[in-house]
Amino acid sequence: MEEVIAVAIGVLAASGVWLVLRPRTYQVIMGLCLLSYGVNLFIFSMGSLFIGKEPIIKDGVPQDLLNYTDPLPQALVLTAIVISFAMTALFLVVLLASRGLTGTDHVDGREREE
Amino acid sequence: MSWMNQLIVAPILLPLVTAAIMLLIGEKHRQFKARLNLLSSLIGLGIAVTLLMWVRGQGQAESIGVYLPGNWPAPFGIVLVLDHLSALLLTLTGVIGVSALLFARARWDGAGASFHALFQIQLMGLYGAFLTADLFNLFVFFEVLLAASYGLLLHGSGRARVRAGLHYIAINLFASSLFLVGAAMLYGVTGTLNMADLALKIPLVAEADRGLLHAGAAILAMAFLVKAGVWPLNFWLVPAYSSASAPVAALFAIMTKVGLYAVLRLWTLLFSGQAGASANFGGEWLVYGGLVTLAVAAVSILAAQRLERLAALSILVSAGTLLASVGFGQAALTGAALFYLTSSTLALCALFLLAELIERSRSANEAPLDDEEDAIPPPLESLHPPKGINLDDEQKAVIGQIIPWTMAFLGLSFIACALLIIGMPPLSGFIGKLNLISALFNPQGLGMPPEQPLSAAGWCLVALLLLSGMASLIAFGRVGIQRFWKPEERPSPLLRRYECVPIVLLLGLCIALSIQAEPLLRYTQDTAAGLQAPDAYIQAVMSTRPVPGPTTMTQVQP
Repeated sequence: MEEVIAVAIGVLAASGVWLVLRPRTYQVIMGLCLLSYGVNLFIFSMGSLFIGKEPIIKDGVPQDLLNYTDPLPQALVLTAIVISFAMTALFLVVLLASRGLTGTDHVDGREREE
Repeated sequence: MSWMNQLIVAPILLPLVTAAIMLLIGEKHRQFKARLNLLSSLIGLGIAVTLLMWVRGQGQAESIGVYLPGNWPAPFGIVLVLDHLSALLLTLTGVIGVSALLFARARWDGAGASFHALFQIQLMGLYGAFLTADLFNLFVFFEVLLAASYGLLLHGSGRARVRAGLHYIAINLFASSLFLVGAAMLYGVTGTLNMADLALKIPLVAEADRGLLHAGAAILAMAFLVKAGVWPLNFWLVPAYSSASAPVAALFAIMTKVGLYAVLRLWTLLFSGQAGASANFGGEWLVYGGLVTLAVAAVSILAAQRLERLAALSILVSAGTLLASVGFGQAALTGAALFYLTSSTLALCALFLLAELIERSRSANEAPLDDEEDAIPPPLESLHPPKGINLDDEQKAVIGQIIPWTMAFLGLSFIACALLIIGMPPLSGFIGKLNLISALFNPQGLGMPPEQPLSAAGWCLVALLLLSGMASLIAFGRVGIQRFWKPEERPSPLLRRYECVPIVLLLGLCIALSIQAEPLLRYTQDTAAGLQAPDAYIQAVMSTRPVPGPTTMTQVQP
């Protein structure tokens, strides 16, 4: 399972970085989205990966980390998701404003001279 | 003591509540919002000064205030901590906030929607970032201040701002991802996010995990260094700061210091002398990063033509100086750097405000400056007076001309700003730089022979400090000649009272710092001593117990 998660994070981060380096604003925003998905998975995996452990408190199960997954990374991921979602929305607005003001979707606001 | 501890949370709550109230009030009540904003900022400044005085009044060990917002004990709950460093930066933020706001009241606050609410949220993020003692909480406050800064940077709109804003947002979103990766790795290795607890856990990390720990810390540092403006992560800074509206740029003068604060705080806590195998990890990178930043900024400042660009590059000069001197990890040098930080931040804030007033007076027939790039410097002949102009005193045409008070004010303020930023006597910039150089040569204090001769990096820093001052001197001299002496028949600019007050205030503070430098120097030396010996900080955080509630009394006090 570790390998699958590691490959998934790697693919997301690599595609994200590649897209961020592209010249179109839409590609940049998709790249930042993919990157934040990769980061979220990464935070989640930092609490160590287990199969069959309880995520929330259940009657009859002793309340320690041997029987439950680490809840803190889940809380961190939740915060990170909310923040990155809001920032993506804001970036979209700026992207549209830039498109409207410059008439191009190039990140520099003008096409490169041939 | 107990009410003082309650006051620690006030700098975060006050702007939050003010911003919430202002969002409920419609845009047509702008005057009321402006007054509310000013009142709240002044109260915030008052609280910050009270906290500063309290910290200063206590002894070294008792001067750390801890507040538990969720009433959970330290490693589990979020903690707010007030120490010498936070109190100093809180006060600086308060002063700069009030000055920027006074300036904005004259005309800028009407240039777009929700300026006042965003302004308060920005202050909340800044105050929170300086107070928090939890890594993830630091991330949240960084996002709060960044979110507000995106809005403020775009305030006034226009092509240049949107373009610079796009780059600014993209790089900061990327840096936030790095922040999360770094924080997650530190959590994965140590199992805690509380900074004091991290400092306790790091010496105990297994040898096999140490590489992962260092990688995490380095990725985290990248996120901070982007904000601190270290080369080569600072190409976003100059376009963003020089295209922002004047009060916003002035407020942003403190933003690079947030990155520096985070580096200083975490580095001194996590990789202090007691960190075992990780002691002083990454210190030389801070030094070299700072030196390169300083060198590149000093060269670029020579090419700057616009005053806003000059100011933005001066921010980079100051960021490079600070990073390099902090990276040596010597108490005397860090203390001197903090004094330099205070003086240069105030002066840069004033310069950003002044830049707008000076550029406003450019008359229409002068060559317009391109938004984006600096033009090639004008040829030297353009400095010679055109034929027919009377420069001869004998002809008595020039004598008796009254310099309008506005030009006199702008000129004197410009000279004061330039002296402060270049670091020339007699103002506090000189005291700051002199202290830096003196601390480099005498790390044990004056009169005590240094244990070892100054390292090559130390010599580089001394040379670059002097050379960057020289470069700034040339750049400021040239811009001053072009703006104040060259133009003829220029109508003197219209200044509003609100626009002069903050500049007088900021420069007055700097002059006060020049005359009464000793109290602040003593304070920053205490700060640095506290940072180099983080035991008191860790002890204060870890020993704070939650307040017993009415129902949990029996559980908490067995």
